[in-house]
Amino acid sequence: MDQGLLNLAAIATYLIMGLGVVAALGVVLLRNLFHAALSLAALLVATAAIFITLQADFLAMVQILIYVGAVMTLIIFAIMLTGQIATQQVTQNNKQSFIAFAAMIFFSVVLIFILFQTPWPVHDPAMNDPVTAATLGKSLLGEYVFPFEIISVILIAAMIGAVTIAKKDSE
Amino acid sequence: MSVPLEHYLAFAAVIFAIGVYGVLVRRNVIAILISIELILNAVNVNLIAFSRFTSVSAETGQIFAVFIITMAAAAVAVGLAIVIALYRIRKTVYADEINLLKW
Repeated sequence: MDQGLLNLAAIATYLIMGLGVVAALGVVLLRNLFHAALSLAALLVATAAIFITLQADFLAMVQILIYVGAVMTLIIFAIMLTGQIATQQVTQNNKQSFIAFAAMIFFSVVLIFILFQTPWPVHDPAMNDPVTAATLGKSLLGEYVFPFEIISVILIAAMIGAVTIAKKDSE
Repeated sequence: MSVPLEHYLAFAAVIFAIGVYGVLVRRNVIAILISIELILNAVNVNLIAFSRFTSVSAETGQIFAVFIITMAAAAVAVGLAIVIALYRIRKTVYADEINLLKW
């Protein structure tokens, strides 16, 4: 019975990976930009589900809160404000379509071939210490406190920069 | 029988390739920005898969992924601010029509 449950989890993981790939193809191939943004939201939720299968549940929640919650809202705001959602007579792809497609097929085939041949030093994942929000918090304020402070500075800079760039010139 | 490491890496590689294709091919600047989000998500999946399978303390990859999510949000915010300012001035969001450095 244990084997049956593990197989069900593996089947669910592969299904979510398939949905993720379909959503990613929707992002780059859909003509209507709003549909492409919604497809990106589907991919972000699929990535959060993949995080859960990798036992990174806190990170899955962070992904849904920040990416699907805030970044998607921002993207949809920008799409609505610039107003170029779907025009039938304007091409959405530039002239590099075929070369980029061929190059990306070649690149992904070579990469997947290499990574299936590499002997990764894999150990049994059951030997890991479980990662919870508490352990992540302890390391953010313990071992990784320097990047944590730096990223606060970066966020303030990004906020000030975005407001300064996007505000109307008061004249 | 759970999913081995290589399958997660292959999934991340495919999403990465699709994201790079989107950056190279799309004309709309916002479509380029959301393809960049695809690339960053593929990198996150890679990091967390590696940290789970090949590292005894699985939290290093997750901390790295938290920082990447934060940086991606900041990058998209500033990028979209630039797009909005550009649309206000040039009235276009197509990358090949924005080809003058100074107008």
